[in-house]
Amino acid sequence: MIKIALVGNPNSGKSTLFNALTGLHQKTGNFPGVTVDKKVGHIKFENGAVAELVDLPGTYSLYPKSLDEQVAFEVLCDPANEDHPDLTIVVADASNLKRNLFLVSQIIDLKIPVILVLNMMDMVEKEGDVIDTIRLSERLGVKTIGLSARNKDGVEELLHAILQPIPVPQYDFIDVKKIAPDLIDRVRSVVKVNSDFSAFQIINNLNEIDYFEKHKDKKNKIEDALNTFIIDKNQLQQKESVERYKVINRLVEECITHSSAIKTETFTHKLDSILTHRVWGYAIFLLVLFFIFQTIFFLAAYPMDWIESMFVSISEWASNSMPPGELSNLIVNGIIAGLSGVVIFIPQIALLFAFIAILEDTGYMARVSFIMDKMLRKFGLNGRSVIPLISGVACAVPAIMSARTISNWKERIITIMVTPLMSCSARLPVYTLLISLVIPQDEKLGFFNYQGMILMALYLVGFLAAVFAALVMKWILKAKEKSYFIMELPVYRTPQWRNVGLTIYEKVKIFLWDAGKIIVAISVILWFLSSHAPADRFDQIDKKYEGHVIWKELDSEIVEAKIASEKLEASYAGIIGKSIEPVIAPLGFDWKIGISLVTSFAAREVFVGTMATIYSVGDADNTQSIQDKMRAELDLKTGLPKFTIAVGFSLLLFYAFAMQCMSTLAIVYRETKHIKWPLIQFTYMSVLAYLASLLVYQLMK
Amino acid sequence: MKNPLTHLSDLKLGEKAIIDSFTDDTMALKLLEMGCTPGEMVQLDRIAPMGDPIAISVSGYLLSLRKEEASTVLVSPLK
Repeated sequence: MIKIALVGNPNSGKSTLFNALTGLHQKTGNFPGVTVDKKVGHIKFENGAVAELVDLPGTYSLYPKSLDEQVAFEVLCDPANEDHPDLTIVVADASNLKRNLFLVSQIIDLKIPVILVLNMMDMVEKEGDVIDTIRLSERLGVKTIGLSARNKDGVEELLHAILQPIPVPQYDFIDVKKIAPDLIDRVRSVVKVNSDFSAFQIINNLNEIDYFEKHKDKKNKIEDALNTFIIDKNQLQQKESVERYKVINRLVEECITHSSAIKTETFTHKLDSILTHRVWGYAIFLLVLFFIFQTIFFLAAYPMDWIESMFVSISEWASNSMPPGELSNLIVNGIIAGLSGVVIFIPQIALLFAFIAILEDTGYMARVSFIMDKMLRKFGLNGRSVIPLISGVACAVPAIMSARTISNWKERIITIMVTPLMSCSARLPVYTLLISLVIPQDEKLGFFNYQGMILMALYLVGFLAAVFAALVMKWILKAKEKSYFIMELPVYRTPQWRNVGLTIYEKVKIFLWDAGKIIVAISVILWFLSSHAPADRFDQIDKKYEGHVIWKELDSEIVEAKIASEKLEASYAGIIGKSIEPVIAPLGFDWKIGISLVTSFAAREVFVGTMATIYSVGDADNTQSIQDKMRAELDLKTGLPKFTIAVGFSLLLFYAFAMQCMSTLAIVYRETKHIKWPLIQFTYMSVLAYLASLLVYQLMK
Repeated sequence: MKNPLTHLSDLKLGEKAIIDSFTDDTMALKLLEMGCTPGEMVQLDRIAPMGDPIAISVSGYLLSLRKEEASTVLVSPLK
């Protein structure tokens, strides 16, 4: 099967072409050793042939400055690379040809088989410009096809061209050898490369090329040569760039006829004066955010309810159709419960990514970065961090996945690390229960209700903690690459629903497979901990309630609730809860809260259910009765109510800050590809939660 | 007659200029690949609401960059 690589500038319509060529025959993996996503698809030809298409990250040049660019560079420049293609398709935005030709020219000089695709020809026509494709093809010495990937215009011609034998480019685009003649000769005598430009790239990026880590002898020889010639690599590359643009300028003049009509006030220009306006720009952005937030918070609730009731029916069906016992217990309460905890996220992920795909596709996202950059830069964040942070108020899982649009590594990591501090919707049931437990409902400060104010304060505290944590991380984290804001503001376009659909499909798939298995595994462990006990502890509880006449007279539901409560206390989770009591006692927590802290690691809202079990309230949905029981709980030492305002606030702050969510940790692991980051996140948030609760409890008690 | 050189970051909104040279080598390389070559005409097209970053038209498209980045580009303003 032939291997084809797709390269091009960001915004060149590369993904659209990828989707047009492969359809649903695509999967996302990652390039070995790095956190860059690798999209691979299959092209099926009419004659039955199949080709593998690899979508390389968008890049402006082959200078490896960021991780994305490094991947593109290594795949194309190193013939030993496992993804090195037989054929390279370079996509260039024809409506912005000059800058796009820069990358094209570098790839031509690598002397690998190339097809040049001039995308967005429809835009060029609309502007009234004419590109002489034949002449350009002759001058470049490569097969050139003009098409419009959006309308699928010309895709057939491309498919046809791929099947033809493609020679390596006929001429050098520029004479690289002129820039460093002796050095290039020396390098070519040490390693076998097929072009002067490859040798030139080796000179400039010796330490970045994997090949030379395995061939130290060759590396040393080249290093010796570099030392004898005393060169400034940056100057070499600057010379190369200037040379390239000299040729490009001539080419563009020769091959493009611009229409005589002068377009002063283009559509994009007009729209920009509103969308980046000092008042309207922010007002519109706030509206967009508000709309996204409303949708993922409220609209997603409906499908989430359906999914929940679907899983309730599935587990009922499963427990009825299996003989009761360990296996049925594992399947129903461990695996099905775990699966439901995974599937429940799909509506929010799908909706958020629909919005993000639309914002990216239209070109609006770049404007958001443009107007937010100055504000967020101070905190080590990026203009694009706004979307993850705001989405974090609904749920951190899709929010963290959306941080992928941030190309700078450091800004992306900081965004991922602080997003879970935003108060997510899973915290809401816990907040509601605790606030109404310790704050009387009718107490008001003038017009404002205390309960509502405290709820709002909790959201604010979460936001401030996120900003503060970002600031701290900005100082601690070492940048792998400099933070640039040198990027294109693309022209506005209508979104492509096909791209939107494929983005949703891809994100949901990644979440289900990559994070899903971790989530299910942890929920099985948690299920085991709370439903199993050492030795015959459970049998003893069962025996205790068996046959006692007094108990038989009681309502069987109450007895069941009592048994469940005692079993939870006796279980491994109960043992853990009790054993951490000395540690959490300074925060005002007892072992009962300790158990809830353990079990709510599955999801924060489980706190409410666990409290219901511990206080043997049969119906966990009845918040009122849980509250009554908790309110009636007395402190053994003082004889006063256990849940004082101090305990309530301490617990509220603990839930605001603590990393009590395995799904978030699983997705952080998926997105950073390193166990280090979820561990650091878990640790710093736990420490923050502990200290905040300690401080509040000790001051208020 | 050639106008005295100034920094790209100091252009006024709508002002045009010709790129002359760069004062920072790393930034120069990044800007060169984006089509900001010496001799190329640029126009200050937009300034973000908080005064930074800015957007310039260059090589037929809109490029945004921070003021700090733009200050490494020396330009000769056109009258």
